[in-house]
Amino acid sequence: MLPKEMEQELIEVVGKDRFTSSKEQCYVYSYDATPGFQAEPDGVIRPTSTTEVQEIVRICSKYHVPIVPRGSGTNLCAGTTPTSGGIVLLFTHMNSILEIDEENLTMTVQPGVLTLDVVKRAEGADLFYPPDPSSMKISTIGGNINENSGGLRGLKYGVTKDYVMGLEVVLANGEVIRTGGKLAKDVAGYDMTKLLVGSEGTLGIITEATLKLVPRPEDKKTMLALFSDLETAAKTVSEIIANKVIPATLEFIDQPTLEAVESFAKIGLPTKAKAVLLIEQDGDEAVVAKDIYTMKRLCEEKGAISVTLAKSEEEAFALTEARRSALTALARRRPTTILEDATVPRSKLAELVSFINDTSKRYNVEICTFGHAGDGNLHPTCMTDERDLEEMERVEKAFADIFAKAVELGGTITGEHGVGEMKAPYLAWKLGDAGVEAMRAIKKALDPQDLLNPGKVFAKESKKRIVLAREGAK
Amino acid sequence: MTTDLQKSFKEQMDYDELMNCTRCGFCLPSCPTYINSGQNEASSPRGRIALMKGVVEGRIEPDEKVEQQLNECLGCRACEPVCPSGVQYGHLLEQARTVINEHKSYSLPVKMLRKATFNYLFMSSKRMHRVHQLRWLYEKTLAQKLVRASKLLTLFPGEVETMERVVPKTVPPKRLNEWEEVEKGFGKQTKRVAFFNGCLMGTMFYETNQSTRLLLKTAGCEIVTPKKQECCGALHAHGGETEKAIQLAKRNIEAFENLDVDAVISNAGGCGAGLKDYPFLLRKEADWEKRAKAFSDKVTDISTLLASLDLGPLELSDEVVTYQPSCHLENVMKEKGNVEKLLRKVNGIEYVAMVDKDKCCGSAGIYNLVQPKMAMRILDQKMVDVAETNASVIVTSNPGCLLQMKAGIERERLTDSVRAVHIVDLLADAIRKRDSEEGDAHAVRNRH
Ligand SMILES: Cc1cc2nc3c(=O)[nH]c(=O)nc-3n(C[C@H](O)[C@H](O)[C@H](O)COP(=O)(O)OP(=O)(O)OC[C@H]3O[C@@H](n4cnc5c(N)ncnc54)[C@H](O)[C@@H]3O)c2cc1C
Repeated sequence: MLPKEMEQELIEVVGKDRFTSSKEQCYVYSYDATPGFQAEPDGVIRPTSTTEVQEIVRICSKYHVPIVPRGSGTNLCAGTTPTSGGIVLLFTHMNSILEIDEENLTMTVQPGVLTLDVVKRAEGADLFYPPDPSSMKISTIGGNINENSGGLRGLKYGVTKDYVMGLEVVLANGEVIRTGGKLAKDVAGYDMTKLLVGSEGTLGIITEATLKLVPRPEDKKTMLALFSDLETAAKTVSEIIANKVIPATLEFIDQPTLEAVESFAKIGLPTKAKAVLLIEQDGDEAVVAKDIYTMKRLCEEKGAISVTLAKSEEEAFALTEARRSALTALARRRPTTILEDATVPRSKLAELVSFINDTSKRYNVEICTFGHAGDGNLHPTCMTDERDLEEMERVEKAFADIFAKAVELGGTITGEHGVGEMKAPYLAWKLGDAGVEAMRAIKKALDPQDLLNPGKVFAKESKKRIVLAREGAK
Repeated sequence: MTTDLQKSFKEQMDYDELMNCTRCGFCLPSCPTYINSGQNEASSPRGRIALMKGVVEGRIEPDEKVEQQLNECLGCRACEPVCPSGVQYGHLLEQARTVINEHKSYSLPVKMLRKATFNYLFMSSKRMHRVHQLRWLYEKTLAQKLVRASKLLTLFPGEVETMERVVPKTVPPKRLNEWEEVEKGFGKQTKRVAFFNGCLMGTMFYETNQSTRLLLKTAGCEIVTPKKQECCGALHAHGGETEKAIQLAKRNIEAFENLDVDAVISNAGGCGAGLKDYPFLLRKEADWEKRAKAFSDKVTDISTLLASLDLGPLELSDEVVTYQPSCHLENVMKEKGNVEKLLRKVNGIEYVAMVDKDKCCGSAGIYNLVQPKMAMRILDQKMVDVAETNASVIVTSNPGCLLQMKAGIERERLTDSVRAVHIVDLLADAIRKRDSEEGDAHAVRNRH
């Protein structure tokens, strides 16, 4: 419950229509796309301008009430569940594209704009905004920036951080700062832009962003390679990259995932194959033709059962759309789907794939795997039932092993979904205690009251680090 | 009270289906109420499912606001085809509304109105005919002129007044029976089909039913129209009157199941979807589920059948035509693209697709009467999309959508330049035109 006077002050800022503390409204902002996490806020507010955001922050600071900025709530790390209550800050009224600058190749947007709208608007000007998370139809730019989201085109084009040039941010003390700008170079002080990207709403509230656009690739080709086992598919990924071909997209999908996706999309996916790679290359026509040819040859040499090129743009689109539905389609199989985000150097991909397989057997849990193989980023997804506590315990152990393995291989516990509340207990596994402390110091300096999205990134208690038994000793 | 309601929620809602929602949010952009409420999560499928689940789990009370959110859903089910987990949202909504309805103490006038509509009128096709007779008298006598002149209907809530103006002119009651139980097709016989008359289609939209018969016969279909059939019960099911819907479903299955036909044809997306949902409706009725499935497997929309048959050359005068699909035809019957295919077959007219055509028009059964504010907000946006196509004809595939589009035309004061028609009436016009021209040509030939 918020103090009455505080509610009154908030209403004075945004008006009666845009602040509520009704039970129903608080309830529907208690969750995001992460299974098993839920906590209700004490109020929900919808500012229309940076000035309103500043005033809201000042009021919250005065009453020591947490603020949870929220885009579309599609994150997968319990990043927007209001763990410590407080108010949820929505950007549904700050969702305009402010400017497209064709001379500097930038687009300036408010945080509530949907990713797809940015992509479409860029295309309208014959330009290209590459980051394309599978959730792009629903996710907001504010969310993408704060999770540093990746997508299907990450391998060649990078992730959200590579396209954020400047930000307008409201800090926890109510001040507004502007970082970066429409500048190709800028070394005036620390790179605050990069620091804020991926900060998960814990360091500041983003109220405007200037994004980088690139020229639109002239041509694009898509193909599907089928394999009779997972490791061969994974080895092929490393082989392609080792041969100095960088495709736009290189996605991995295993058989159970393929089956689930097919039962939703019904486009005739090859559900008999044990694994498939979805490969896409874009660019100049000649380059695309050459790279596609090379990759086809490499797939065949490595032992692909078949490699087929999409016959039309529609077919290619259907394939990538189907891939984007993988996570949710898997939910058909069991009541609860828990997905992970382990990432390793690309050369270690096959090793991670076989480890996931063994782990699934060892703990007797069903794990399906798909992901951005070209980025070394896999989403092992566990089909389970959160009501079965004994099974859930096995699931947790299996994932702990996978995290440990990923770190051991020189990888990370999360490649693109963020830490949030869910992975906070594992953060030190990747960073070490000193690493976590350094980050905590930054958080304390910018938000001494712990107002902004408290309870995320930093856990009260870390998980005890697992040391995996060596293969021989098992 | 509340605890009772909560208990019923727990007992009657399908919890596994609620668990099936992973909250990924893929449904959000497909939901008209989410978009038109300024992206209010509670007005989205994901939010509504969360509310239902929260009530079942005892985390939230089913208070007025929760109920309001469930009522404000159009039931267009656009969220279902886009859901990768395949959550049966429409079924969950129906279960929730049934529970709420069972516990509801309506005010006396509302109770009487609900009783009259659900328990009396729509339970019997005979009574529908009697009402038709009354409507005919209303139009024939001075009554209609008086009512319109007095602006009496503007006192009613919602869009009653607009709706009164846009419903089709009543056909003389004695014409309502101008069909035989079995009618042969013209020329070579292609299919034997049963025709689902529909309660409103058989009365208020009688002309559209006659057009449907003409098209079926032109395509060489033998038509069986069983006299014993009733209203499909969709209105009851959506309104939380499940028991009544079940009764109607059983009577319809009995009327149709032994006809030995290739398909059961419906010309209203809403009714067709209602019939398609019989296996779900009868899931708890011993021995009925299988019969329901056999029946519903045969249910097909007229557009799907016609798109696969030959109607001969079709031509109409030069006009731009656009199409507002019936949500239930596309999202529940899952029959998509056939109306467009038929439109492209008609020479002379130009079909221009409108943006967001797969978004509900806001008609949604009786939604536009009970939730006029949201319905009109949605309609106004729809009319902007229509205007962008420059169409002078808006084609529909369901009577509710047809009336809604007519209401939209009235609201925009476009009655002189734009009209709305049911796809079968448009096609039948082309055939009647062809027949009369052929008739003329025939006469000319005979004279020589
Ligand atoms: C089916 C599915 C597929 C997905 N695929 C991908 C994928 O391919 N790649 C990928 O990287 N992710 C993916 N995700 C995860 C998720 O969609 C992304 O993390 C996305 O960027 C979240 O956007 P959102 O608008 O929903 O943000 P939210 O979930 O609402 O918020 C995310 C974080 O951003 C913060 N935040 C939001 N707006 C602001 C703001 N203006 N200022 C400060 N903080 C803010 C929040 O506090 C939170 O910490 C997927 C999710 C789903 C459900």
